[in-house]
Amino acid sequence: MALLEAQNVTKSFGGLTAVNSVSLTVERGSIVSVIGPNGAGKTTFFNVLTGIYKPDHGSVIFDGASIAGQRPDQITRQGIARTFQNIRLFNNMTAIENVLVGMHARLSAKMWQIIFQSPSVRAEEPRARARARELLKFVGLEGRYDELAKNLPYGDQRRLEIARALATEPKLILLDEPTAGMNPQETLEATRLIQRLRDELGLTVILIEHDMRVVMTISERISVLDYGEKIAEGKPEEIRANARVVEAYLGRGAAAGH
Amino acid sequence: MSTTSLPNSPFAALNRGPLAYVALTAYILVTSALMLMNTRTSLGTDVLFILFLLSFLLLYRAKVSNSYKLALGAIMLIGVVPYFGTMNAYYIELAIQAGIFVALAIGLNVVVGFAGLLDLGYVAFFAVGAYLWGIFSTDQIGQISPGASPVASQLFYLFMALGLFVGAFFGVLLGLPVLRLRGDYLAIVTLGLGEVIRVLAVNLDRPINITNGSQGIKSIARPPLPDFLRALFPGLNDPQLYQLFIYALALLVVGLTVLTVFRLKHSRIGRAWEAIREDETAAIAMGVPLVRMKLMAFAVGASFAGVMGVLFAAKQQFINPPTFDLIRSIGILAMVILGGMGSIPGVILGGVLVTLLDLQILPRIATELSALKRQGIVIPDWFDPAQYQRALFGLLLIIMMIFRPEGILPDQRRHEEAHATEDQEALAEVETGEATPA
Ligand SMILES: Nc1ncnc2c1ncn2[C@@H]1O[C@H](COP(=O)(O)OP(=O)(O)O)[C@@H](O)[C@H]1O
Ligand SMILES: [Mg+2]
Repeated sequence: MALLEAQNVTKSFGGLTAVNSVSLTVERGSIVSVIGPNGAGKTTFFNVLTGIYKPDHGSVIFDGASIAGQRPDQITRQGIARTFQNIRLFNNMTAIENVLVGMHARLSAKMWQIIFQSPSVRAEEPRARARARELLKFVGLEGRYDELAKNLPYGDQRRLEIARALATEPKLILLDEPTAGMNPQETLEATRLIQRLRDELGLTVILIEHDMRVVMTISERISVLDYGEKIAEGKPEEIRANARVVEAYLGRGAAAGH
Repeated sequence: MSTTSLPNSPFAALNRGPLAYVALTAYILVTSALMLMNTRTSLGTDVLFILFLLSFLLLYRAKVSNSYKLALGAIMLIGVVPYFGTMNAYYIELAIQAGIFVALAIGLNVVVGFAGLLDLGYVAFFAVGAYLWGIFSTDQIGQISPGASPVASQLFYLFMALGLFVGAFFGVLLGLPVLRLRGDYLAIVTLGLGEVIRVLAVNLDRPINITNGSQGIKSIARPPLPDFLRALFPGLNDPQLYQLFIYALALLVVGLTVLTVFRLKHSRIGRAWEAIREDETAAIAMGVPLVRMKLMAFAVGASFAGVMGVLFAAKQQFINPPTFDLIRSIGILAMVILGGMGSIPGVILGGVLVTLLDLQILPRIATELSALKRQGIVIPDWFDPAQYQRALFGLLLIIMMIFRPEGILPDQRRHEEAHATEDQEALAEVETGEATPA
C-alpha cells in the first residue's frame, strides 16, 4: 500500500482556489517532486498535508490512517516532517536546540519528572543531545552545534531545517524548495543530501523544486501543478516531453505573442 | 565574546584569579560590617543596605568557583540579612517584600519571557492565593457556609500547597479564552481578565459574602511560630521572630521557584516554550502541541503567584481588592522587562530593584528633598517630592529602555544576539569603508 494517498484535495482562500481537487499517491521509499509555476498551489498543498490548513474537500490517508483535519503536531507525531520555503528556524536558539525541539514529541519527560530531575529525565536529556549531534553531523553541520540559527550561513540554515525535521523521526519528509537561493555547488550538495535521506535513512521524500536539473536527476515521479490543478504526472522523461507542462512553464510567455 | 567586563577595564583583574576571591570577600565583609554597625533607619543606612545588596550582583558576576559563590550567598541570605533584620524591622520587611515580588516576577517570566505570551493580568493569581488563605483562615468562611469555622492555622502549609494548585487551575482557566490570541490582543484580554478577578473581589460580598467586598478581609491567621525558633533565639521577642520566620518562608519559596524554573528552562518543556515564542507555526509543525504548552506556561506562572498569595495574606493579615490592581501587574511586568526578559538572574535583580525603588529609594529621595525644602530654598513651593515618586520611576524605566532595552542582566543568548547585530553592523561599515577608497 502507498505511504501517502491524497484524494481530490481542495483548498480555497476566499474566491481563490489555491489547490483544486489534487490527488497524489506516494509509494514508500520513493522520491517524488511537485513542480509548477509560482502561485500554482504547491506550498498550499504541503500546508494541507501537514495540517497547517484543513482541506475544504478531499481525503489524505497516511500510512493507513486518515489525517485530513488533524492538527499539525498530531500529523508530525504520525511521521510527516517538513521544511519551509522561507526558512523558519528558531532564530535565537542554537543549532542543537533547534534539533532538540524537533525531538519534542519523541521525548517523554513530564513536568514533574523535570522538576524533580527523575533518573529517566537525567538519562533522556544526554541521550537526546547525542542524537541531535548525530543528526547535525548527518546533514553536515558537525561542530556548529552551539551556533545561533540566525548566525549560520544560508546554506547551513537549510541543512539545519532538514536536521530539525529529521529529529521528529518521520517516515515521510516534505521539502519545500530546498535549493532555492543556492549556488550550483550548494545545490549539488543539497541534492546529494536529499538522496541520502532516502538511501541511508529509508525515508520517503516529496520535494517542491524549481531547479529542473535537481528534479530530473532525483525524482522517480513528478506531479505538475498549475493554477491549483494537477496538469500532469509521470516519470521525468514523460514530464519533459509533456506539451501541457512545457506550455505552463514557457508557453504562457510565448503565447503572449513574443 | 566578552559578556561580563571590558578586557581593558582597570577592574578586570579584580574580577578573576585569586584577587577576585580577596576583593569579593573584602567587599562583602566591609559592607556587611558597616551595615550591621548602622542600624538606625536613615539615609546612610539605606545607602549601606544597597551597597550590601550590590555584593550579590558582584558575586554573580565574579569569576570565582561556584561553591564559593554559593557559600557566600548563603551566608549573606541566611546570616547577615536576618541578623540585620532583627536590629531594624524595616529592612527585613523590605527583604520579605523583595522576596515575594521576586517569586512573582519569576512566575510571570515563565509566561512572558519563556513562552512569549504577554500577560497583563498576572496579579489575579496572586489575589486568588491571598483570598484562598484569607477566606479559609478567618470568619469569612462562616459567612459563606454558616456554621463553618476557620481552619487551624497549622494548616497554613497545606494551604500553600493548595495555593499552588488553585493558582495553576486559575492559570489554565484564564489561559483558555486567550489561546488563539497573540501580542497586543493577548495583552488587552489578559488585562481585562485580571480586572475581572479584582472586580469580583470587590463585588462578591452579595448575595453571599465571599470576599467581604471592598472592605477586605481582616485578622487573617498566621502560621504558628515554630517552637524551635524561640529556643534558638532566646534573646528575640515574638514579633522579631515572626519576621524572621516569614522571611525564611519567603526565601524558601523563592529558592524553590528559582530551582523549578531553572530546570524547566533547560528541558524539553522550556525548549518548546522558547520555540513557540520564536515561531508558533514552525513549532507546531515540529510536533510541539501549542495549546498544551501554552496552558502549561500559564499554569506554572500562576502557581507561583498562588503560593506567594497565601504567604502574602498571612504576612499582611489583611487583604483588600486595591492590592491586586492593574498597576501591580504592570509593576511585576516592569521587573521582568527591567531585569531582562527570559533571564532568571535578570528577573531576580529586576524584582529586588523595583521593590527597593518603590519602598525605599524613591520614598527616601522624597523624604530628603522634603527635608531640604523645609530648611528653605532649594525646591520651589509647588513641587511636592512625595507626589513625584511615580514620575521618577517612570522616567527611570524610559531611560533604561532607551539605553539597555534587553534589560540589566539579559538572557545570555539575547545579549549575544544584540552584540552579533552590532558586530555585523560594525563589519558592514568597515567593509563599505574599505570598498569606497578603492
Ligand atoms: N494564507 C493564504 N491566504 C490567501 N491566499 C493564499 C494563502 N496562501 C496561499 N495563497 C494563495 O494561493 C496561491 C497558491 O500559493 P502557494 O501555494 O504558495 O503557491 P506555490 O507554492 O506553488 O508558489 C497563491 O495565489 C497565493 O497567493
Ligand atoms: Mg511555494
